[in-house]
Amino acid sequence: MTGAAEATAPHGPGTGDAPPVLALAGVSKSFGAVRALRDVSLELHAGEAHALAGENGAGKSTLVKTLSGVHRPDSGQVLMDGRPVEFHKPADAQRHGVAVIYQEPTMFPDLSVVENIFIGRQPRASLGRIDRAAMHARAAELFTRLGVALDPEQPARGLSIADQQLVEIAKALSRDARVLIMDEPTAALSGNEVARLFTVVRALREQGCAVLFISHRLDEIFELCQRVTTLRDGAWIASEPVAGLTHEALIRRMVGRDLDALYPKLDAATGEVALKVDRLTREGVFTDVSFEVRRGEIVALAGLVGAGRSEVARAVFGVDRWDAGWVEVNGRRLPPASPTAAMSAGVALVPEDRRQQGLVMDQSIERNIGLTGLKGLRRGPVISRAAERDRARDWAIRLQLKFNRLSDAVNVLSGGNQQKVVLAKWLSTRPQVLIIDEPTRGIDVGTKAEVHRVLSELASDGMAVLMISSDLPEVLGMADRVLVMHEGRLVAEIPRAEATEESVMTAAAGRTS
Amino acid sequence: MARDMARDMAPDVTTANSARAPLSRFLRWDVLVGVLLVLVFAGGAAGSPEFANAGNLSFALGDLGEIALIALAMTLLVVAAEVDLSVASVLGLSSALVGHLWDAGWAIETIIPLVVVVGAACGLVNGLLVTRLGLPSLAVTIGTLALYRGLAQVVLGDRAIAEFPQSYVNLTVNDVPGTPIPYPVALFAVLAVITAVALHATGFGRALFAIGAQVEAAHFAGIRVKRIKLVLFVISGLVAAFAGVVYTLRYGSARADNGSGLELAVIAAVLLGGVDFDGGKGTLGGVIAGVLLIGLLRNLLMLNDVSTEIQSVVTGLLLVISVITPRLVAVARQRRRVPSPVMPTPPTT
Repeated sequence: MTGAAEATAPHGPGTGDAPPVLALAGVSKSFGAVRALRDVSLELHAGEAHALAGENGAGKSTLVKTLSGVHRPDSGQVLMDGRPVEFHKPADAQRHGVAVIYQEPTMFPDLSVVENIFIGRQPRASLGRIDRAAMHARAAELFTRLGVALDPEQPARGLSIADQQLVEIAKALSRDARVLIMDEPTAALSGNEVARLFTVVRALREQGCAVLFISHRLDEIFELCQRVTTLRDGAWIASEPVAGLTHEALIRRMVGRDLDALYPKLDAATGEVALKVDRLTREGVFTDVSFEVRRGEIVALAGLVGAGRSEVARAVFGVDRWDAGWVEVNGRRLPPASPTAAMSAGVALVPEDRRQQGLVMDQSIERNIGLTGLKGLRRGPVISRAAERDRARDWAIRLQLKFNRLSDAVNVLSGGNQQKVVLAKWLSTRPQVLIIDEPTRGIDVGTKAEVHRVLSELASDGMAVLMISSDLPEVLGMADRVLVMHEGRLVAEIPRAEATEESVMTAAAGRTS
Repeated sequence: MARDMARDMAPDVTTANSARAPLSRFLRWDVLVGVLLVLVFAGGAAGSPEFANAGNLSFALGDLGEIALIALAMTLLVVAAEVDLSVASVLGLSSALVGHLWDAGWAIETIIPLVVVVGAACGLVNGLLVTRLGLPSLAVTIGTLALYRGLAQVVLGDRAIAEFPQSYVNLTVNDVPGTPIPYPVALFAVLAVITAVALHATGFGRALFAIGAQVEAAHFAGIRVKRIKLVLFVISGLVAAFAGVVYTLRYGSARADNGSGLELAVIAAVLLGGVDFDGGKGTLGGVIAGVLLIGLLRNLLMLNDVSTEIQSVVTGLLLVISVITPRLVAVARQRRRVPSPVMPTPPTT
């Protein structure tokens, strides 16, 4: 997994006989008083997968936007094949063969895969008609090049995010892209989807494309990339071969200091059963799911995306209804479909999608944190603003939230800090059972360790924690027990001592070991 | 800890726009409407001698009573990202029922509560269609707008019923002793204070804003979204029916077509007051300014013998302007957005 077997890149640093396909030379970019990039240089060579590492706010997004023509550098140059170029708009970058694949592509849902690929550039036959045969032939050729099997006639609606990314890649290739920038492509993918994406990236590399790969998952960088450039606070820190680098060394470059263990799991005494789920069924979604979580325990719910993990969490919390079975908290059964009842029984759910489900993005930090405890903030009939602020401030301090003012809207915060607000919002209800869905998706390494430490402390204080995660190292690093779901059923329960990447993935793929 | 903060200070420039310049605090929409209100008042006083005297203002306020009352309930709905277009029809149905039952010899003391209950039932129907079937309220209440107005015509046909008991009529036209404030406006003032507190200072209000801004997050936070919306529609129907009683007594005439088109004036006042039609934003102060502004403009137009057609044109224009302007402002802001740094300040304890 961590092997850097492909470390001998065709063009390592310093060996370049050909100039880099795309390069930044001494680029700086400021927004108002914020210096987002300071004298940053980067070289992308044909045939290499180059990782861009750095915490949230290190300047990765600004760098990507500079390379793709969204931003223009204040100083410094963008070079293609050694010659300076100026991208005034994204279309300029596209014309030069630079394509960006985003984490969640935007497609036209009612058009087919092939129509999405050639949107606006359909091959023409006589009288300006769209030459569908040529379009299909070219799409088939692209999919063969990528080594993937996608039905070109399928409507984009209903494609998984992983498939949508492949369509985007095909679209980029159809424009003869030579540089692919992939901005956190794996954040929403399951294990075998990631593996398939990597196969595609390797194929592209062999065909001479340069790939700039951004991911918060360090394992992926070590698995896929030959070189890595690290940014910190907008400044260039290092560009170096991945081979010979350790995880710890890379983390040190990113955060500028040694990180406490990324998975600070404490051993906690387990108490009585806090959450008991018995033969819970929601037709067509999940079937006969039974498990228990004890006080002091962190239980991970692993599985592929779409296995029904989040759906079980939603049903337990009452956001969705269930068709059969029951849920018991501290020995008392919950009524179905009532988040209010679940909350008063001591259950909290930190949902998967913090922008839609976790937070009211336009509202302030204090209002978001207060939303789960409006009754407790009442003085007579009205809400006490002082109490609201105190509650928010208490939790902001405890979770080391970085903020300007508590009255600022949460949408100005970084992803990691937004996640802390969601945590604060739920921990302030003093739950006994915490269900947390993808606790660290899309947040930087430093904040990730902090979230893990918080979870670990909560468990050792006697909270029962059910953690859904697609991040295997996180599952293995944090969980006392791992439950694995496959196609709506619970298929395995693996104690901490026996949980390995192999055992979890085998169960998640539905194979019996 | 300070070092941690400095490390993670986020120059995520696309979103860092938190530090609001002091000037833009005054550029809030509801404040602007307040200023506009003062300007219209001053302009009216300068241009027309009949405008700024107690008699006319009292009349202008009284003429505004129904719109103002309904606007309170409408504000709650629009903040929660719903709307009720059937309010004027409920007012008409209420008026028709008052006339029909009075004509049939019922006591006015029985008629009023009964009619208000019917209004609440109309609101309940709207609310159930929206919350149980998940239909958009715009579509549902366009349907019931026609339905309730049709029922009003079934009840009263082309008849016009008059001669209601003078003591009740007086309550709707007389001023509170010693003031130029008609009773319905005094009632509005009391209800406005209650609504303002409910919207801006209670858990109920917090829930409304959360529902309007991000309904899924509200649901995930244990807020009973459907129940709250149902209650809002019931309140809206109830208030509209009560406004129908006031309207009928004030004009001394019950007709099935009373208050036709009033819903547009109400919605214009609410949007003019700065409530976002997409929900989640707005202040009751702004709505009150919006209501008064519409009232003054209508009064000025009437004093200057402008036809009702033109008055309706003005209402329509105000509605369009109040929907368009915030969008234009938002677009303009986005264009010249210069992000300011998110400076981490250690929280003080």
